[in-house]
Amino acid sequence: MSEKKNWPLWEIFIRSKNGLNHKHVGSLHAADAEMAIENARDVYTRRMEGVSIWVVESEHITASSPNQSESLFDPANDKVYRHPTFYNLPDEVKHM
Amino acid sequence: MTLADAKYQYLLRMGDNALILGHRLSEWCGHGPILEQDIAMTNIALDQVGQARSLLQYAAQLEGKGRTEDDLAYKRDVMEYRNVLLVEQPNEDFAYTIVRQFLFDAFNFLLHKSFVNSKDEHLKAIAEKSLKEITYHLRYSSEWMIRLGDGTAESHQKIQTALDDLFIYTGELLTPDAVDQTIFEAGIGPDLTTLQPAYQAKIDEILQQATLQKPEVKYMQSGGKDGRMHTEYLGYILAELQFVQRAYPNMEW
Repeated sequence: MSEKKNWPLWEIFIRSKNGLNHKHVGSLHAADAEMAIENARDVYTRRMEGVSIWVVESEHITASSPNQSESLFDPANDKVYRHPTFYNLPDEVKHM
Repeated sequence: MTLADAKYQYLLRMGDNALILGHRLSEWCGHGPILEQDIAMTNIALDQVGQARSLLQYAAQLEGKGRTEDDLAYKRDVMEYRNVLLVEQPNEDFAYTIVRQFLFDAFNFLLHKSFVNSKDEHLKAIAEKSLKEITYHLRYSSEWMIRLGDGTAESHQKIQTALDDLFIYTGELLTPDAVDQTIFEAGIGPDLTTLQPAYQAKIDEILQQATLQKPEVKYMQSGGKDGRMHTEYLGYILAELQFVQRAYPNMEW
């Protein structure tokens, strides 16, 4: 018998309705991209959670290192002017 | 045979096919080869039990004896069931499960598609809703036929064996009898013989991609849908399916 290998891991992104972003919902195993989409359909959209699915093999994701979090994120701490909270949003603008 | 009799029988056939295959698939719950496929199979099982419900509900209504879909599911014995022999065959392994599903889905898809012109509005509405689910079932089982057939030497051999064993049960799917004929003449359902070329074409297409050999069968097994006989497996399915209602009649939860 050939050596048993686990299927690669895939990260799943679901768009919950048109106009919204795809959001990461979790990960699952699949042999290839096509199967990853089918598995994602069965695992993550059974309760009408989505209208579109993206799948990315986990190994293609490059993550920031937790060791660098101070230098990456802390400098933003005291720069409140970067938040667009000083504007009044018109009512017509949705999903902000 | 009156049209009313034929319609009742026809709906039992469709409803029982969905119920028994749905039950078979549900047996995989918690035993799937991997978590994702466990969920995929139980999803299909739920689709089919849902379809069975609509169909048996309509059958019970047509029968007009005050029975419900639950009465039909839980209180008929083996010889009153009208599902085709294919759907009651055991799961065995993942290969058998996939072949059984594919051979049935390809038939079920063509059948449901043909109801778009049905003169029976209720059946037409049920079929329209089910067709979306069945389209996905066929896609799922076709993909797995190809993956396993065109996979490793071991997966190829397993799925070919399952195909060789189950192919003799495909004959009765599209062989019309008096019930099918009456339904066709009333404009409710298709002439099953006209679906045969499309069925064979779908099978040939997928088997070719899956690098599988179509079995040469001289004799097709039949008897399920006309109620002449069932294989030994159906009794065991019903023993489990109907246990609670048999042990605690009219129990509800």
